[in-house]
Amino acid sequence: MASASAKKIRPKYLSLPAILFQIRLPVPGLVSILHRISGALLVLPFAAWALYLLDSSLRSESGFEAIRSYSQLPLVKLGLLLFIWAYCHHLCAGIRFLLLDIEAGVELRPARISSFVVLIVSLALTAVLGAKLW
Amino acid sequence: MVKRLVVGAHYGLRDWLAQRITAAVMAVYTLLAVVVVLTHQPITYAVWKDLFARGWVRGATLLFIVSLAWHAWVGARDILMDYVKPDGLRLALQVFVILLLAGYLSWGAQILFR
Repeated sequence: MASASAKKIRPKYLSLPAILFQIRLPVPGLVSILHRISGALLVLPFAAWALYLLDSSLRSESGFEAIRSYSQLPLVKLGLLLFIWAYCHHLCAGIRFLLLDIEAGVELRPARISSFVVLIVSLALTAVLGAKLW
Repeated sequence: MVKRLVVGAHYGLRDWLAQRITAAVMAVYTLLAVVVVLTHQPITYAVWKDLFARGWVRGATLLFIVSLAWHAWVGARDILMDYVKPDGLRLALQVFVILLLAGYLSWGAQILFR
């Protein structure tokens, strides 16, 4: 048996389908990878988009009104909703990571509960802000 | 003697700490922004323009953008170090991120102080 385990190829690189469909992440793992994905999305494209919105809305009254009517388009609203979710999730998960850094809630149970809280609170905030948007 | 592979990292506390301090700055700004927006309803162009004419709003927003650029650099570098293995490609992407963030800084400053 020892020789069999010695023959295993290490490091093992996982295929994308394996990552997506075979491996089921625990909830804290899900929060973690979503923190990465939302962070990447916030850098590009959302930060650029936010700067564009700020630029146009402050440039002139017509620019401000143009942004207001532009943000009524369904596709733009969907984009804004994703932006809001990414921001809320990144913020909530970030606060959780800061607490973990100071060793608050590092035990399995609190860590699982806080990850559920992060997922739910960020979705709830997205729903509230999205409702205001619509 | 510790043999270390050259991977472009600092092996240090500085980036880790900077990422957390900038995160706290942005979290406080976010809270402040929500309060300001909620207390200035309805947001018309005049209200919006007047808000960003104030020195402290401009200063805080600039601080936010600087924090964002620094925070995003640490995060983006972590992601690139984890997933992009070819050195040349990783370097190219890192340069791209730095230029992008520098662009954001410059654009943000121009919006705030024109």
